[in-house]
Amino acid sequence: MKRLSVITAAVVAASALALSGCSEGPASTEPTAATGGDDTITIGFSISTLQNPFFVSMEEGIDEAAAASGIEVTLADANDDPLKQANDILNFISSGVDVAVLNPTDGDAIVSSVEALNEAGIPVITVDRRAEGGDVLAHIGTDNVTAGEATAKAFFEAIGGKGKIAILEGVPGASSSIDRGTGFENVLADYPEIEVVATQTANYQRSEGLTVAQNILQATPDLAGFLSMNDEMALGAIEAIRSAGKGGAVKVIGIDGGADAVKAVEAGELVATIAQQSALMGSMGIEQAIKVAKGEKIEKDQPVDVIVIDESNVDEYL
Amino acid sequence: MTHPTPAASAAQGAAGAAAPSGAARQAPTLRRRLPASTGPFVALVLLCVVLSIMSPSFLSWTNIFNIGQQVAILAVIAIGGTAVIVLGGIDLSVGAVLGLSGAVLGFLFVNTGLDIWAACLVALAVAAAAGAINGIMIEYGRLPAFIATLAMMSVARGLALVVLGGKPLSGYPDSFRNLSVHYVGGWVPMSLIIAVLLFLIAWAYFRWRPSGRALFAMGANYEVARLSGLPVRRLTIGVYTVAGLLAGVGGILMTARLGSAQPTAGTGYELDVIAAVVIGGASLAGGYGSIAGTAVGVMIIGVLRNGLNLLNVSSFWQQVIIGVVIATAVLVENLRQRRAARA
Repeated sequence: MKRLSVITAAVVAASALALSGCSEGPASTEPTAATGGDDTITIGFSISTLQNPFFVSMEEGIDEAAAASGIEVTLADANDDPLKQANDILNFISSGVDVAVLNPTDGDAIVSSVEALNEAGIPVITVDRRAEGGDVLAHIGTDNVTAGEATAKAFFEAIGGKGKIAILEGVPGASSSIDRGTGFENVLADYPEIEVVATQTANYQRSEGLTVAQNILQATPDLAGFLSMNDEMALGAIEAIRSAGKGGAVKVIGIDGGADAVKAVEAGELVATIAQQSALMGSMGIEQAIKVAKGEKIEKDQPVDVIVIDESNVDEYL
Repeated sequence: MTHPTPAASAAQGAAGAAAPSGAARQAPTLRRRLPASTGPFVALVLLCVVLSIMSPSFLSWTNIFNIGQQVAILAVIAIGGTAVIVLGGIDLSVGAVLGLSGAVLGFLFVNTGLDIWAACLVALAVAAAAGAINGIMIEYGRLPAFIATLAMMSVARGLALVVLGGKPLSGYPDSFRNLSVHYVGGWVPMSLIIAVLLFLIAWAYFRWRPSGRALFAMGANYEVARLSGLPVRRLTIGVYTVAGLLAGVGGILMTARLGSAQPTAGTGYELDVIAAVVIGGASLAGGYGSIAGTAVGVMIIGVLRNGLNLLNVSSFWQQVIIGVVIATAVLVENLRQRRAARA
């Protein structure tokens, strides 16, 4: 009985922490009632997580666009938790935002929130990931399948179209891992001389990328390279290659275009990093939302190009 | 030995000499004279044999030292974890404190230009302070260890994200990175040497220092330990402080190894620590465990992950297999202890 009560207390404390987390987030940036006249535009932006550099850049894009236009943006961080995101969006509805911009943690789980926004008459724009249902006015972003295809193409060309490669997977079951993997598969079909000797997860983490790459190099000494689903794991693989004394012999590519990865491209350690321009997605999200709030029509599909950052153009992104 | 006090009998467990209670006196069979970590050790050897048959690259010096380097950080933190669990407590904050220590180090060195070793000292101080606060919340605030360290987990992870603004920070001198990436004699990773040294110190502490043995007494029965005059408050706070400090060492080693301070570094490490200590034969009820057992537990986790990578087992199955191994190890250890108690 005593143990049970300890567990109950733990659960209560944990949910209290989570709840306090949700109410704090939006409240700090909420528009004050005094300035909230009818002509003021308010936009709710629900972002999937701020514990990942990719989305931190998206937030910077959002802040920039918001500052440039002088409108109020309520930003809610879902901590990669679809349930918290659903709650954040309910808060948007009750605070009466004019437009909701959603960066879903999960394309399926977001559907009920999109439907709730539809019912409340609030227009919805999705960014980066699509919603699998509901009425969405516009989608801004590159999908991860396209990014995966661009990455695999650039990588296979760099290793000369043949050889043994290993794939470093992201979080198992996450939509980005699945989609980037689909992109890899699509391109692999065109390269019969490429052999995938290992597919292992490193959970998008640099430290795990290092460990897993070290182990794969052990099992396959004649590996041509690592096709990684993000930059962090690719940077871990570079450390593994360096400590195995195989610098130059084993090639690595990453996705995201983060600052560390761009530096590694400049140093010649990374073949390329494929950037999905998350900051641009963030700022476009806000700009398009303002247009919607002013009653203008916007394009339904707004693709954001991927940029292949390799040695030819790395100077522009340093 | 005729009337063992709780402290004395628990100290036996500490040294891994025999089963607890006076059972050892009657019929000292071979099995009962073996150290408590024998079971997990046999499992480790079996695992290595199976893996070297299944994967030709498993049993090579480079791979063995790879595993050593891969488990070094977990090993350092698991030392503190052993002390905490022997005490009958739990520390859920170590992964987050690791992240915070790395974040403080990265921020001070890269953003403020402080000397790298001075930055390390500050990072260690912050980590030790986090641990001390855990201990104070538990002893003076009367919070259950689970709650106090759960709260600290959230605070430390949050602070790590605040300090780094959510982004990794890189650019450290080679002298610092050598803490982890340098191979002594071209073979032995520096981080492994650090971990082994810390293990020897911890082993000596548990074996010979009176306060090391007192931890087992407190884990076995806190009230009895308190009434018999042990400085229970000071010891509890000390143990959590050391656990925090060691998580800080882990954060420094992690930053050196990756060449980057990461706000998410060490996520989930607390669970690996608990798994390693428990696989090594410690009881979450407290009062029982050994530093040698923890070393074996850490190796089992490292060898298993390495082997499953070498064999290219899918990540979904890896999770299943690791879970089964944890449960089996504890099940076997429980049976052994129950049989020893009955004998």
